[in-house]
Amino acid sequence: MGYFLFFLLAAVTVGAVLGMIISKNQAYNAIFLILAFACMGGLFALLEAPFIAVVQIIIYAGAIMVLFIFVVMMIDVRSGIPAEKKKWIIYLSPVLAVVLIIELILSIKGAFTLPVSTAIIKAGPTDLGRLLFTKYLYHFEITSILIIAALVGAIVLVKKKEKE
Amino acid sequence: MIPANYFLILSVVLFVLGAIAFFIKRDLITQFMSIEIMLNAANLAFITFARSANSPDGQIIVFFIITVAAAETAVGLAIILLIFRQKKTIKSEDIKLMKG
Repeated sequence: MGYFLFFLLAAVTVGAVLGMIISKNQAYNAIFLILAFACMGGLFALLEAPFIAVVQIIIYAGAIMVLFIFVVMMIDVRSGIPAEKKKWIIYLSPVLAVVLIIELILSIKGAFTLPVSTAIIKAGPTDLGRLLFTKYLYHFEITSILIIAALVGAIVLVKKKEKE
Repeated sequence: MIPANYFLILSVVLFVLGAIAFFIKRDLITQFMSIEIMLNAANLAFITFARSANSPDGQIIVFFIITVAAAETAVGLAIILLIFRQKKTIKSEDIKLMKG
């Protein structure tokens, strides 16, 4: 059952990303990405990280992609922007991609033999919350400052200038 | 229990697909989306290692990555909107000058 779910979710994720690469319409791209992120949430749940799975679906598939869709709506490019026209890039990119995949797999090969611990990880929302407010308290506070800065920055950037 | 290497290979494949999308696509919004895909691939690797190491710290890191990604998306999309207002285009090739 676990294997079946894994292969289903992995296939849908990779398929959605491929669809994003092929499709030219930005709105469809955003929808494909929502599908990919939702499936990633499922994969996180398979990895026994229920809290991260929920955060992934709420924040990534929900909030961030809604932001993207709003911007796609505001920009409103009628004719889709075609992908790279230069032929050599189209032909070269799959080759380089395969090379990069092999390189990355070789670099993490040492991790393949890691023993899989069968102990139950104590990583429920309660444990994560406790860790967040004890060991990672400073990181948490710094992140909140970062979010405020990003919020103010985004508003200041997009605000239309008053009469100059 | 699904072995960790399945998840690691999936993470590598997703990362490479995101990189390809970043280089093949030419509109800023889709390039930005491919950055999100790469971030997610990194998240998947982090959570896999968190399970292998049997510690919740990896999940905390992923939580922070998601938060930073949300902040980054807000600022990045604001910049893209600004570029579109000024230049009426979001093709990445048309944006060559830093000012004007």
